[in-house]
Amino acid sequence: MKTKSVWSNDDCPGQQAREALEKAPFIASPALRWALFIGAVLYLIAAMYSIEVNWARVYRGLDRGWQFVAAFSNPDFASRAYEIRVGLTESVVMALASTIVGIGISIPIGLGAARNISILPVYLVCRSIVALSRALNEIVVAILLVAIFGFGPLAGFLTLSFATIGFLSKLLAEEIENMDKVQAEAIRATGASWLQRYVFGVHPQVVPRLIGLSVYRLDINFRESAVLGIVGAGGIGATLNTSFDRYEFDTAAAILLVIIVAVMALEYLSGIVRAKVQ
Amino acid sequence: MATSTQNGIKVWQRRDRNTQLKIWAMWLIGTAIFMWSWTQISASTTWMFFWDAPRIAADIGGRAWPPRWEYIFTLAKPLWDTLNIATLGTLMALFMAVPVAFLAARNTTPSVMFIRPIALLIIVSTRSINSLIWALLLVKILGPGVFAGLIAIAIRSIGFCAKLLYEAIEEIDETQVEAITATGASRWQVMAYGIVPQILPAFAGIAVFRWDINLRESTVLGLVGAGGIGLQLQGSLNTLAWPQVSLILIIILVAVIVSEWVSAKVRGAII
Amino acid sequence: MLRLEKLTKTYKTGDKALTAVDLEVPLGQLVALIGPSGAGKSTLIRCINRLVEPTSGSVYLGDVDLTRLGSGRLRKERRRMGMIFQEYALVERLTVMENVLSGRLGYVGFWRSLFRKFPQKDVDEAFRLLDRVGLLEMADKRADELSGGQRQRVGIARALIQDPALLLVDEPTASLDPKTSRQIMRLITELCAERQLAAIVNIHDVALAQMFVQRIVGLKKGVLVFDGKPSDLTAEVLTEIYGEEDWSETIQKIEDEDEIGVVK
Repeated sequence: MKTKSVWSNDDCPGQQAREALEKAPFIASPALRWALFIGAVLYLIAAMYSIEVNWARVYRGLDRGWQFVAAFSNPDFASRAYEIRVGLTESVVMALASTIVGIGISIPIGLGAARNISILPVYLVCRSIVALSRALNEIVVAILLVAIFGFGPLAGFLTLSFATIGFLSKLLAEEIENMDKVQAEAIRATGASWLQRYVFGVHPQVVPRLIGLSVYRLDINFRESAVLGIVGAGGIGATLNTSFDRYEFDTAAAILLVIIVAVMALEYLSGIVRAKVQ
Repeated sequence: MATSTQNGIKVWQRRDRNTQLKIWAMWLIGTAIFMWSWTQISASTTWMFFWDAPRIAADIGGRAWPPRWEYIFTLAKPLWDTLNIATLGTLMALFMAVPVAFLAARNTTPSVMFIRPIALLIIVSTRSINSLIWALLLVKILGPGVFAGLIAIAIRSIGFCAKLLYEAIEEIDETQVEAITATGASRWQVMAYGIVPQILPAFAGIAVFRWDINLRESTVLGLVGAGGIGLQLQGSLNTLAWPQVSLILIIILVAVIVSEWVSAKVRGAII
Repeated sequence: MLRLEKLTKTYKTGDKALTAVDLEVPLGQLVALIGPSGAGKSTLIRCINRLVEPTSGSVYLGDVDLTRLGSGRLRKERRRMGMIFQEYALVERLTVMENVLSGRLGYVGFWRSLFRKFPQKDVDEAFRLLDRVGLLEMADKRADELSGGQRQRVGIARALIQDPALLLVDEPTASLDPKTSRQIMRLITELCAERQLAAIVNIHDVALAQMFVQRIVGLKKGVLVFDGKPSDLTAEVLTEIYGEEDWSETIQKIEDEDEIGVVK
């Protein structure tokens, strides 16, 4: 709502500053705004009411919680060193393999999912694959794949590869749809075939982003691989689960520290790679 | 250089010798890594199961279809719980992410030497651990139930939201902040009038984006006992009640589609 | 060499971009295409090599009707038409040599082009052309390290390495400063004369057009309204094409322009 100024608009320079501060409301119709606001408040009340918190239990649990936090100052890498090493290797291997395979499959699907270089039937199929991959939670997929393929990192590898497709293909397709069209048009004008048009006209433009996204996805896949073990799909998640079950907090702290450090290292690496590729 | 002279003829290759060798080396290393990874995976795989997979898949598929539609009434409360875990968890996370973000941003942190690294550390550590792991831990500490799931989601989201937020804070237009400071405003007023309006769109976008992801993650927290529809999923899987499993998966799929649509709409409106 | 018969393009929105355009361009002739924005100049150029699909009419390159061709044959025929773009349209992350050699993509198989194993004679021709346009030392630089005028010269080399019979030039000087514009136009004119190429040059700077070409064609709202020598371009004609204006400044005397020397 703009306040009416005593002076005319042209006279008062402060008017513009004032108008800048009083931004136009986000949702125009006041009735809708009030309805949403009241609805939100009602929802919050209902939600918080429905959550039963056993505060006594929480209070008791805080002691254990403190034990856990304290364990970080004294993490135990030694007593379960073998399991940790095996689990970690499995996680790393799953992350690497699934990212590599994922990239390989994502590129053609990403090309097919880009409206400006693809034909309609291919576009629809590829977009559906991407949507399916993104809608299904990795844990759920892992559970299914474990049921079908058995326990072990294979199921985890397949899960993460499938998840990678949804991520990389979508972002690759968006990058292609936003690219500078005239570069590809020029290649088309020389009489190049479709594949040549991609290799010379499209690929050089999307390569930096593709590499950056791939390294980012490697990071995500590693983080995910740490969890999939909880449902039996390989990786350090199983070791972590066991250590929690046995209340061996110092081992758990050790594993978590390893994960955090690995993720930080990957992030650092990805920063370097992305800078170099520009 | 890619252009060189051989036997008096000017020749051209795409890359000069050294770069080409480096690229070959990278491909070699990449292939080696992949082969090594694959052998590890293969060694831990019971290949008999793999070849048996299509049959098992068909078997499960047959049992899972048609889904057990009546089960849907039992799912109403867990679904409500899942929604709450996601929403309240996101809200809690946002409360805590905002101060952390301000402490982590180069232009608003009180101390670049001490406080900023701590804030960044908080962000990295909460981001690196998946919400399911947090849920595992919290169930052990706080006991099973929705509360554990809520806190797990909240902790995980702090890092994510704070990172995006502080990046947004670092990208603001400093001249607007200068203008407000020049009027003699206090530090808090400068934040409220100079910084907050600029990051509000980003903030809303981040909030909705994370809510969407949290909803997805909340659906499975029940697998470790942290409440929500994951509990039904765990129960159904343990009893091999495949028609129920397929119903739950369908519900989850629908919930995800709806939340993604909402998220896209809201973010579209903000921009 | 090039014959357009009743070329028409109507967009789905109902815009009539081109209406029954007839044009003939023999070998060795450089034709300038002038007209206001939205007159259909770019559309005409792009309809010739079917980057934009014409709605009706025919385009004859020599004896071949381009509008009837399937995609395979069309690609072969596109090799005979070199195109030069307003915004240079170089692939920015590739080197100058790669950009020039990409003109030969229509002649080289997929695997060879993927690994950049172009035949030696193509490489020789690329060096020759780069030397001709004065960019030999830039061969290994990335395209985005070059200035506007340099990029346009690479674009010219890329079009010529196709060994085309026809040049399609879309506003080659729109993004260049006046001196570079003249250099580029001079280069195009010389090359067309050396190789006996037919060329259509889409240009908005009428004075520049008059300086360099033998024939001017004027387009207004998709219809051909003028076809003649540069000296026939009077104020009345310009008014018909562009609208009422003081045209005395635009129609330059050629003697004045020659006093600006050529400096590389």
